[in-house]
Amino acid sequence: MNRRFSWFNATSLTLGFAFLYLPMVILVIFSFNASKLVTVWAGFSTKWYGELLGNQAFLDAAWVTLKVAVLSSTLATILGTMAAYVLVRAGRFTGRTLFSGMVYAPIVMPEVITGLAMLLLFIAIGLDRGVTTIVLAHTTFTMCFVSVVVSSRLVTFDKSLEEAALDLGCTPFDAFRSVTLPIIAPAVISGWLLAFTLSLDDLVIASFAAGPSSTTLPMKIFSSVRLGVSPEINALSTIMIGIVTVGVITASLVSKRSIARQRAEEQAAVRTT
Amino acid sequence: MAQPANRPVFAPWLDPDQKPLIRFQNVTKKFGEFVAIDNLTLDIFRREFFALLGPSGCGKTTLMRMLAGFETPTDGTILLDGVDQAPIPPNRRETNMMFQSYALFPHLTVWDNIAFGLKRSDMPKEKIPARVEEMLRLTRLEKFAKRKPHQISGGQRQRVALARSLAKAPKLLLLDEPLGALDKKLRQDTQFELMDIQEKTGTTFVIVTHDQEEAMTVASRVAVMDHGKMIQVDTPGRIYETPNSVYVADFIGDVNIVEGRATRKGDDRYAISWAEGQPEILATSTEKVDQGTKVYFAIRPEKVAIARERPEGRANVVEGKVHDIAYLGNISTYKVEVAGGRMIKAQVANERRIARRDITWDDPVFLSFTDTAGVLLLH
Repeated sequence: MNRRFSWFNATSLTLGFAFLYLPMVILVIFSFNASKLVTVWAGFSTKWYGELLGNQAFLDAAWVTLKVAVLSSTLATILGTMAAYVLVRAGRFTGRTLFSGMVYAPIVMPEVITGLAMLLLFIAIGLDRGVTTIVLAHTTFTMCFVSVVVSSRLVTFDKSLEEAALDLGCTPFDAFRSVTLPIIAPAVISGWLLAFTLSLDDLVIASFAAGPSSTTLPMKIFSSVRLGVSPEINALSTIMIGIVTVGVITASLVSKRSIARQRAEEQAAVRTT
Repeated sequence: MAQPANRPVFAPWLDPDQKPLIRFQNVTKKFGEFVAIDNLTLDIFRREFFALLGPSGCGKTTLMRMLAGFETPTDGTILLDGVDQAPIPPNRRETNMMFQSYALFPHLTVWDNIAFGLKRSDMPKEKIPARVEEMLRLTRLEKFAKRKPHQISGGQRQRVALARSLAKAPKLLLLDEPLGALDKKLRQDTQFELMDIQEKTGTTFVIVTHDQEEAMTVASRVAVMDHGKMIQVDTPGRIYETPNSVYVADFIGDVNIVEGRATRKGDDRYAISWAEGQPEILATSTEKVDQGTKVYFAIRPEKVAIARERPEGRANVVEGKVHDIAYLGNISTYKVEVAGGRMIKAQVANERRIARRDITWDDPVFLSFTDTAGVLLLH
């Protein structure tokens, strides 16, 4: 690199990243604070992490969150993949644009409205609010993200591979299961991870859909902060930052590397040198 | 042409007792308003190597996809071995297809690609490995069984695709531009390999191609298509020597077309006046042509001789001037300007070394051909 960063570039970069990450850095640092006062540094300690493990309320919330995240992201992946498959494969039918628009609309829909709508629905059909309703609500808002990821992979998928499978004796479902799915698997996995992280840190929609016995971790954190920030919350938040970071990085690595590799292989398989 | 000389002539289409393997009966296929296949009727026989030839958009691929079951005819019926194919989905048809893109499964090895169809057939599990090995041997891929498609060369992929589509021993194998992606030399080798495999397996092959040389090389019969219609269906030799229209003559190989008016000169002999003050072209035609009809006289360049002196005893002699010479190594094509600015091409095999060629640019020359060398076409 013979082109150096100018002072201006370096400064704006520093400012930008500081703006984005300084709050989190402070949070992470103070999670290792020995003092009970969150703003006064009194030496390094991991005791709050230990204390966290003894806090049954937090552990319960964590368990609920994990259950919700796994269930809803799995459901969202199944539904989102199906939606993507139909929208990419079904060709032109009347209302196709409307349908694809409607699948993606929840991405820009304000969460408060999604949450409120879900709440009204659950009340209307008389569904008791609890883990089930949070799972349903999370599935609804994460499946469109899965759909976006999977359909971007499907549009580059060579349709003659599916035709070849049919030609060799597969039923349409068997062709999807044994040819399409293995090939688009990285995109599906990356969609699942995305849905998982989205569900993990959602507060607004979960608050609408949750019942008394089903507090998720973000909800728990939010409510305890209203009574004052404790170092335990810092520790918990640090763990969540860790999980989400790992999830997002894995998702993008899976999609970037392995989708690119697979696509290259697929193209190599259909085209000659 | 595709048949070796030591075998009895293979021509089931001439035998009225033969039952066709495939029968298209008044098949029409429309995509919206666009007519891809226009009321087409065609018989293809067992063990044939049948080529569908035509420019892109002529309907040849649609015809093949209807055989595979990926498209359904708008009208008419397709029979395979006497069975109407309309209600049968692609996965239950006794046809297999080799795709233009090969469509090898990238996540499976060569071995698994070939075994893919067998695992979904009623073949007992323990017999599958033997069949896969047999296919690998047939296509000389034994060494590559454990590789993935992206780890082998284009020619090898082409053979994997062929092995995979032949593994289930289909009644009919469809090949969609199978050699399009290969370079010329490999393509020629592969053409002979295909013919060899077709003969060994005795499978009926239907190949789609836009490459006329390829169709001529491999096929027992060639169907020349245009705008969803069959223009001519015949052996490569007859397609080349006796095309039924200017379209076919022009599509297959190189041809000179001279427009003129025909005058009957006895039995099947005709004289064609084609330019003011020029001697009429003498030609024969088995088809009856009415007096004064506008006709097209088609003659292949290699049947036109070129000389500096007026040749003796030739039915047709035309004077001209060399306009251009294309030297191709084995042959040279002379583009000769004749009366009215018309160009006629003459092709000569280069039997002599280049230094001793005696005709060059702007030389006055005589073109000559016999009265049976060309054909009279009405359209």
